[in-house]
Amino acid sequence: MSDALNDALTPIGLLAELTHRCPLRCPYCSNPVELERRSSELDTATWCRVLSEAAALGVLHVHLSGGEPTARSDIETITAHCAKVGLYSNLITSGIGIALEKLRGLVEAGLDHVQLSIQAADAARADSIAHLKGAHDQKLAFARHVIELDLPLTINAVIHRGNIDSVSDILDLAVSLGAKRVEIAHTQYYGWAFVNRAALMPTRAEVDRSIALVEAAREQLQGRIVIDLVVPDYYAKYPKACAGGWGRRLMNVSPSGKVLPCHAAETIPGLTFWSVHDHSLADIWARSPAFEAFRGTAWMQEPCRSCERRERDWGGCRCQALALTGNAASTDPACHLSPHHSLIQTLAAAESAAPSPTPIYRGFGASAGRQHIGETA
Amino acid sequence: MMRGLSAGSIPHLPRGVRLHHDMIRNTHVLLAPERAFDLDTVALEVLMLVDGRRSIREIASDLAARYDADRSVIEADVIDMLNSLVDRRILGALSPGSDQKP
Repeated sequence: MSDALNDALTPIGLLAELTHRCPLRCPYCSNPVELERRSSELDTATWCRVLSEAAALGVLHVHLSGGEPTARSDIETITAHCAKVGLYSNLITSGIGIALEKLRGLVEAGLDHVQLSIQAADAARADSIAHLKGAHDQKLAFARHVIELDLPLTINAVIHRGNIDSVSDILDLAVSLGAKRVEIAHTQYYGWAFVNRAALMPTRAEVDRSIALVEAAREQLQGRIVIDLVVPDYYAKYPKACAGGWGRRLMNVSPSGKVLPCHAAETIPGLTFWSVHDHSLADIWARSPAFEAFRGTAWMQEPCRSCERRERDWGGCRCQALALTGNAASTDPACHLSPHHSLIQTLAAAESAAPSPTPIYRGFGASAGRQHIGETA
Repeated sequence: MMRGLSAGSIPHLPRGVRLHHDMIRNTHVLLAPERAFDLDTVALEVLMLVDGRRSIREIASDLAARYDADRSVIEADVIDMLNSLVDRRILGALSPGSDQKP
């Protein structure tokens, strides 16, 4: 195999955050605490232009996301445009509300794949996490319809202290629904999840048990379902190459058209994000100050600068470095070589051992969330 | 669930998996859910013959004739390569004497 997809000269993925509107209110949401409003959302023609530019730039996969992407009345048009310009379209959905009704139209528009979130394996717990009664049953009906329409289905479950004991049941549910992939994604603490970290943080023992269980299940279920595991940063030894490295593989377009190197990048003060209203995607990829800020390795400090893994994990996540060390250019404290690594281990141990506080459920009007960030940062 | 294709299996790319000519990078890729596989010449030749009608035996014969190579060697290589795609759930197949899809 050649290495053409790793050259980093052009992005391979575009996360299209079509809207921040969502019927669910999951406290682990990684959307920003200040959600963008409907009035600022890009119109259909602008999204179609952006998608054409993405294809011309070399993007292969488009992730139609949000919020709940089917809340947009033009979701079929946007999906059809992906197909028209040769982009692989992935619908990242809650499966709630209008989503079920729109599914057939989306298939006819050329949708390639569906990623459906579930919050737990049982309805009572799932509905409580999503803060919406009846959500889980709607999701199951949605999943069955995806399979009936012969679309490939991935189940995504974000894991936290409220559901980590049911990982095995979640895997069983994904298999029984006919999913080809399941993502067991330990919470990443951005946006709402950062605000709610203490309510979400599992203990190390729980994490170790759940990871061992996934590894065993992977072997047992080989050829039936592919299990992708996103390991939790606060208990990690090495950081993740966030978004495959800053400005290397991914572009994120926010509902209002700001183009970000990752979906949390706006938490970093001082970065200038260019908008699709003013610039082409190619121009933004090549020259936008936000994409240039942490691209490559020149910005790195020690211990990253001289680390042999610097072009493997690219220093980890800039947003996490900022949130936990106050400096976006420092080593991601998920790394055991970071001088702040013991801080996050202590945080995780203390928060997971304490009784879970009541989470703040995702929603518009973020003042409560902001106060809470002030207390925890 | 059976793993293990045989010469009589008839492979197909399921919905949501497709070949794509990447003109920007001048390469062929296999697009699948959350994945893109960069294809070398051999993998591309095999996948271009995967059409839901030909059996692996027929695919191997076609390649053997074109490259003047030993069919049984090619057949084993094709089975290995396609089995790895079955394991990743990005290839379907009808097995001889069955209508089961892995």
